[in-house]
Amino acid sequence: MFLVNVIVTLFLAGGVFFLLVGSIGLLRFPDFYTRLHATGKCDTLGGGLIIFGLLIYHLFHYFHYPLVPVRLLFLIFFIFIANPTATHTVMKAAYRTGVKPWKLGEKRQ
Amino acid sequence: MNHRGKGFGFLITFILMFLFWIFLSEQISSPFHLIAGVISSALVAFLSHDLLVKGKSEKILLKSWRLFRYIPWELWQIVLANIDVAYRVLHPKMPIDPCVIEFETSLRGDFALTTLANSITLTPGTITITVEPRNGKFQVHAIAKEPADALLVVQTMQKKVAEVFMETN
Amino acid sequence: MISIFLVTALLIIASIFLSLYRGVVGPGVFNRVAAVNVIGTKTIALLVILGYYFERPLFFDIAILYAMLNFIGALVFAKYIERGDVCS
Repeated sequence: MFLVNVIVTLFLAGGVFFLLVGSIGLLRFPDFYTRLHATGKCDTLGGGLIIFGLLIYHLFHYFHYPLVPVRLLFLIFFIFIANPTATHTVMKAAYRTGVKPWKLGEKRQ
Repeated sequence: MNHRGKGFGFLITFILMFLFWIFLSEQISSPFHLIAGVISSALVAFLSHDLLVKGKSEKILLKSWRLFRYIPWELWQIVLANIDVAYRVLHPKMPIDPCVIEFETSLRGDFALTTLANSITLTPGTITITVEPRNGKFQVHAIAKEPADALLVVQTMQKKVAEVFMETN
Repeated sequence: MISIFLVTALLIIASIFLSLYRGVVGPGVFNRVAAVNVIGTKTIALLVILGYYFERPLFFDIAILYAMLNFIGALVFAKYIERGDVCS
């Protein structure tokens, strides 16, 4: 059980690290498109890692409720499909309405 | 063939919806929940089976199996992409050089194009901006030169997706 | 293990507040929408963790609903900005 807790903690730490990196990238990057680079990837993997770690925790601690992990699996699946699609849609809307991408050497927006 | 394709799509949608109902309700023994689940998933499958399974796409089970084998490689690429983004975010000088590139693929199917677009968005340093389904033209925003070159010159991802959906020509 | 869940939830809340800065200040409507979308994704992870912290599996259903609403919200916003109309 101790080993399971260590593995779950590692998953949670990785997920929180990527979520924090996504937030810092949202603050630091110079324009809208590069900010979406930070958030669209880091949030997907960060949320997925956290939910997967909790799924392992559930399998070893609450094994008499075997149907609940299916919801978590569906949640991971949905995040990995919906999040890139939402990123792509918002980016397409911005590109069609004429938001200029930032080039190297310009002032940050 | 058209009629049979419709029945097949209805069946697959119905089975998926009913499994989802059972997993959410968690009450297998209660007959009220089972009957309500059958009725509502049959209604949903009747109304929207053409959204999930198109009539013309045959061999859907084989394609699903190949897609299932493609997923681990994709997950590893996602981990690499996140480490790459974390490096670029946390580096004090921020080594980014954004540019917009265009390329064309030989893929035509809706599902294949969606898979390729989502894979491009999740892999290192690139995000899909627009997709033209008619001539397979992609516009991609790349965060630096190296990911753009990986997508334009090497084309590993296009080959993998084309192999999954059997659209190599 | 419960305390680790609490620390994780607090760190996620901290990252939500970091994103909220971009949502309040960020120039233009697109930065704000990106920030709101990011906050939605983080809230899903936060809901799942709180479900284990309070030992209530009902939170997972709320997380699933929140994921769907977040996705549909982003899609509807993008369509509205692009065409000036939701149904067209």
